[in-house]
Amino acid sequence: MLRTVGRHTLSIVHDLGDFTLFTGRAFRSAVGSRRLGKRIVRAGFEQGVRCLPVILIVGLFTGLVLGLQGYYVLNRFGSESLLGTLVSLSLVRELGPVLAALMLVGQAGSALAAELGIQRNTEQIAALETMGVSSHAYLVAPRLIAALLVYPMQTALFIAVGLWGGSLSGSLLLGLESGVYWSSVERAVESPDVRECFTKAATFGLLTIALCAYYGFNAHRCSSATGARAVSASTTRAVVLSSIVVLAADYVITSFLV
Amino acid sequence: MKQSKLELFVGAFVLLGLAAVVYLTVKLGAGSMIGGDTYMIEARFTNAGGLNAGSSVMLAGVPVGRVESIHVDATDYSAMVTLRVQAGLKLPTDTMASIKTTGLIGDKYVALAPGADETYLDSGARITMTESSVDIESLIGKMAFGSVEKGQDEKEHVP
Amino acid sequence: MSADTNHMLLRIEGLFKRFEEHVVLDGATLDVPRGSLVSVLGRSGAGKSVLLKCLADVVRPDQGTILFDGKPLGIGDAAARAEFRRRCSFLFQSNALFDSLSALENVALPLEQTTDLSDAEIGERSLEALRQLELDAHKDRYPSELSGGMQKRLALARAIVTRPELVLFDEPTAGLDPLRRNAVFAMIAKYQRQFGFTALVVTHDLTEALIASDRVALLDKGRMCFEGTPAEFSASSEPMVCDFRDSAEALGRSLAAIRRGEALNSEDS
Repeated sequence: MLRTVGRHTLSIVHDLGDFTLFTGRAFRSAVGSRRLGKRIVRAGFEQGVRCLPVILIVGLFTGLVLGLQGYYVLNRFGSESLLGTLVSLSLVRELGPVLAALMLVGQAGSALAAELGIQRNTEQIAALETMGVSSHAYLVAPRLIAALLVYPMQTALFIAVGLWGGSLSGSLLLGLESGVYWSSVERAVESPDVRECFTKAATFGLLTIALCAYYGFNAHRCSSATGARAVSASTTRAVVLSSIVVLAADYVITSFLV
Repeated sequence: MKQSKLELFVGAFVLLGLAAVVYLTVKLGAGSMIGGDTYMIEARFTNAGGLNAGSSVMLAGVPVGRVESIHVDATDYSAMVTLRVQAGLKLPTDTMASIKTTGLIGDKYVALAPGADETYLDSGARITMTESSVDIESLIGKMAFGSVEKGQDEKEHVP
Repeated sequence: MSADTNHMLLRIEGLFKRFEEHVVLDGATLDVPRGSLVSVLGRSGAGKSVLLKCLADVVRPDQGTILFDGKPLGIGDAAARAEFRRRCSFLFQSNALFDSLSALENVALPLEQTTDLSDAEIGERSLEALRQLELDAHKDRYPSELSGGMQKRLALARAIVTRPELVLFDEPTAGLDPLRRNAVFAMIAKYQRQFGFTALVVTHDLTEALIASDRVALLDKGRMCFEGTPAEFSASSEPMVCDFRDSAEALGRSLAAIRRGEALNSEDS
């Protein structure tokens, strides 16, 4: 019993250390890597352009629902004028960064883990190494750098569309003056909120993309399966862990910043 | 996909994303705080409950500044509130500051009512005439039960 | 001896590697003269692939020395390893082509990532390599759209585009039919002479290896039990060599049968 606890603790500590080394190595190897910009652009396409539709759709519906629910609750107190405050603070502080990160994990993160897993399986990663090309610099670093830039942008877009969705359900469906809505939005959100929002977005981006890359990259070390099964197992693990990490990191950041 | 087309798409995305980031930081993040120079004035309240750093400062219903900080003055146990007010606005020395609420359960803010003095408050000066926040709970208690004491008695019996 | 080392591009001495209890390499030795085509033969599981992976630094040997161009390749010696990687290419059994890159991009990748050449020079050199392997018509196609033989040639194009002195081939004919095996060996021999690189081929196809190689070595249970020219191999009375040769004759007979079968099939269709 004690031994089991000890073994698991050691293995978790080992994995954490390995993951940190992996991420650190990716950033270090990026220094002096040739044509990094080109690969960052491609990673930006994967995480940015490809995921934009889902971000906009989910953002819009989140805003619409917040608008509806918020309106009915506030209506009881006769405080419909606070609808903008409710929608904007929920979006900026929590829902924007978290939901955008979860969507990006589902679309870009899973794709990244599967892609790297297949590249590991078909010896493409070994081929890079034998060519004298650092696979960390070539495959991982551009994704991480892109994530640091793309996640805050996607979050901002998510929030902008969400606010618009909130005003749609508030003013179009429920007859709230849109000026009342927008002025309470502008009054509610302050620069610490926005800073918290972007801190979260960048942290989630770094953590989730690094996790997905880590599991895909190490698909051959998957203990429960081999071959194509190992790729699917690693991808599933990457997505599940990333989602958990987003919520856990959200709690930690919120408790430190608020 | 060809690199040039890829770059086009990514460029468009980055422009869109940056626009959203700028909107969030500049339009929302800065709030209704007016850009440009500001100066500080102090106001002493016996009760600043519900007021926070960042709460609005309004004059005639128009936002003119923000609450910078709130702390307790150790000498007389009153609340010392520092207000940041936009520089163009000169306030007479007999300006009155009161803590008010937007709506019944809304945010607290500091309302300024300018007096008629010929002299104006300098940076760091103190507003002497203040009116503290109204304690809504006790007001409701008085309305519902006639008096606070009676309200407390009643509480014993009514679950 | 020193003159000997001089014309040996690669020299492996006493290479030892074990995976847990299983000894894979047990003091393997090998000499690869500059400009030659050397085949390492052996049955599956004899340690051939591990030998090659030790060279490519994918697997770390436990003991032994590898001399490249007279200089030892220390296991942790990053500078010597980098130098070795620059002058050596590795051809994987599975080709390990980048499936999301076109043929031209595949060939250009090692140049883009390891040299400071301009884009124009890289394009020119990559296209040149494709042209030499008669793939220039397919430069914009993806590896999955190419036939098996073309993929092999594309992998070779990617390996030689950096103008290496040594190319390591890991089972280049594995899983291919006998005709394709001949074609692959012919291709290796042809381009080896054309580009002047030294080739080290790990294979278990005896017939083709004996015809195409300058030297052959036989690996069994982690040791070299024969090293010499193909003629010496054919004449050797070493028991392991006899075993391998005789089984190869049996294989040859069945190959002939398969070939006849194929000929019949093609007449039928």
